[in-house]
Amino acid sequence: MKNLVTSILIVLIFTVLLGIGYPFAVTGLAQILFPEKANGSLIRNEKGELVGSELIGQTFTGEKYFHSRPSAAGNGYDASASSGSNLGPTSAKLIDRVEADAETLQSENPSQKVPIDLVTTSGSGLDPHISPEAAEFQILRVAKARNISETDLRKTVAKFTEGRQFGIFGEPHVNVLLLNLELDKLNNK
Amino acid sequence: MNTFGWLQIVIYLVVLGLLTKPVGIYLTKVYGGEKTFLDFIMRPVENLIYKLTGVDAKAEMNWKTYGIAMLFFSLVSSLAVYAIQRLQGFLPLNPQDFSAPSEHLSFNTAVSFVTNTNWQSYGGEATMSYFTQMSALTVQNFVSAAVGMSLAIAFIRGIARFETQNLGNFWVDLVRGTLYVLLPLSLIFALFFVSQGVVQNFKAYDTANLVEAQTIEKDGEKQIVETQTIAQGATASQLSIKMLGTNGGGFFNANSAHPFENPTPFSNFIQMLLILIIPAGFTCTLGRMTRSQGHGWAVFGAMMILLIVGIVIAAQAESSANPLYPAAVNQSVGNMEGKETRFGIANSVLFAAVTTGASCGAVNAMHDSFTPIGGMVPLVNILLGEVIFGGVGAGMYGILIFIILTVFIAGLMVGRTPEYLGKKIEAYDVQMAMLYALIFPLIILGLTAVSVMMPETGLNSLYNQGAHGLSEILYAFTSATGNNGSAFAGLNANTVWYNSALGFAMLFGRFFMIIPVLAIAGNLAQKKYVPPSTGTFPVNTPLFTVLLIGIIIIVGALTFFPVLSLGGIVEHLQMLDGKTF
Repeated sequence: MKNLVTSILIVLIFTVLLGIGYPFAVTGLAQILFPEKANGSLIRNEKGELVGSELIGQTFTGEKYFHSRPSAAGNGYDASASSGSNLGPTSAKLIDRVEADAETLQSENPSQKVPIDLVTTSGSGLDPHISPEAAEFQILRVAKARNISETDLRKTVAKFTEGRQFGIFGEPHVNVLLLNLELDKLNNK
Repeated sequence: MNTFGWLQIVIYLVVLGLLTKPVGIYLTKVYGGEKTFLDFIMRPVENLIYKLTGVDAKAEMNWKTYGIAMLFFSLVSSLAVYAIQRLQGFLPLNPQDFSAPSEHLSFNTAVSFVTNTNWQSYGGEATMSYFTQMSALTVQNFVSAAVGMSLAIAFIRGIARFETQNLGNFWVDLVRGTLYVLLPLSLIFALFFVSQGVVQNFKAYDTANLVEAQTIEKDGEKQIVETQTIAQGATASQLSIKMLGTNGGGFFNANSAHPFENPTPFSNFIQMLLILIIPAGFTCTLGRMTRSQGHGWAVFGAMMILLIVGIVIAAQAESSANPLYPAAVNQSVGNMEGKETRFGIANSVLFAAVTTGASCGAVNAMHDSFTPIGGMVPLVNILLGEVIFGGVGAGMYGILIFIILTVFIAGLMVGRTPEYLGKKIEAYDVQMAMLYALIFPLIILGLTAVSVMMPETGLNSLYNQGAHGLSEILYAFTSATGNNGSAFAGLNANTVWYNSALGFAMLFGRFFMIIPVLAIAGNLAQKKYVPPSTGTFPVNTPLFTVLLIGIIIIVGALTFFPVLSLGGIVEHLQMLDGKTF
């Protein structure tokens, strides 16, 4: 009986301390120290409208945009329903999807093999990045659609390519949303 | 995998090794009731808690009292988590107006978080309010970890002490572990994670106007999508304790693959480190508390070797091409299905090996989409009993069971009564250790077999067919029983059968295994000191490390090889043969 009372009291105390006090303390400090990041690294256009988050990918299908990886989150890049495809390596659904995507991509650029990340879904379905190889693969199409030189386009891509963090951690990657927003901005000038 | 991939893995292992001793020393101080540098702030809080709850901090408990206190605390915790979920609709901080999860889902989730499993049959951002995540789930992230640590410490005390009944005071261990270890570290790392881009707010989900509107097909009709709903929440505060306490339950459905829950390669590195620092530190604590530092390192060595073997196998498997993919695809990188670009292969396999070696279960890549052999590494890590450092506390008492079996078998080989750190290991200890070793496969294989035999309730939940389907079910029960929480997530587990069966697997996997652990601890504590003789098998040598590894692998392999050969192994052969399902 004493154990029961002690248990109830400790659960109550910890719920207040760890379940309310601690998250509120972290939120308070985070909102003071890193307000932009704590709120989702959101991006707004000149009119002040929200157009997305630096960290969350979006679907692009138009010829003049760099395309993101395929996504299994909702109907594609649904940031309220993150998910991987969860298809296993011998799944017929997976192989059919990869074959169809590879065929479309290869027809856009027959000069190179299709980089693996452009035909595979990410774990979150919200991957904001593609590999530098996947960006290079799309240069031909985007340069033609926007009527700009490949060299200029490569320079813009390089601006949004991040190397390994501190030169060591992770893999080099290109932020697709930031890159496309920049391209639209350049075209409007 | 390229040089950078291997380099990152080596850096990780080295940093982990360097942190083991300082963490171990600190844990020894905390549980020894010694003064620490946090006393100035935490001591008053600690004393206040004892005062409010009427706990006599000086009173010690025998193994039964210790166990009963732990069971009562877990029961009350489960009821609290269940109640908060069921009342979700009436509680504050629910900007998306989520209604209460179903009874069976609430039961599953309550058990899951109280047992330190954090199996999730739900997607966080579509099911749980901020209030539920904080006041129910975050709290259990802390205390279920503190319970595991308490039990490990009680076991170590049982080994270190002689001719006594006393194993310590459960309430004191629980409170001190939380206040001096978990809370301060979580606070610091939560802020670090926000600095990398992890969200921490209470606002409603944002709606962004898409840069390019998309036409999609839904239910056979064309629809135009112009906006993106961006889920938010108090993620960082839950994230740091999710890793540190080897809990693993994601704030978001995609867990640590989600860019808001793991934005950068460096945040990923720190997350992997947080999983293993306490379990690794415990090996040093074991050595210090039993006054046999060499033994602590011998155990550390065994764990480290097993971890490295798993990483290397998974890295090779995930770096290889899938022969079923068309020739037009450049697969030189490896298998990127279910993996994030910023992490690549190296960080995905390292994370997978670490999270399943420990009983964490957080994921930064989808294990269901790993290659057959790559996916078997996390599965086997759990099946070996999660003793490759293991969960906070749980890994320590798990490895101690294997250590008892090792000294027993070594004793049999030379025909002497087995001894362990000055104590005779007798029939009762070995019986309890075997009980521990048998309950685990019994639950996993039993429930997997039952599920496979039920086409309606069992097999309809499968997402992948063929051998991979068996792996999905096997992984689910392995993960639940091992209190891991990671998944081959294609399986739809949010059904009455799976929520209930997995719920019971988690309960049995935690509490049925803790009881023999405490019984051994209580029995060991009573024993007299036996001075080492020439016939004593030393437990601080490389030979011991090799034997310990051998026992772990033999017990695991004998038990699970048949079912693995029907799952991952046959799938690998079918993949090479060009078969799809």
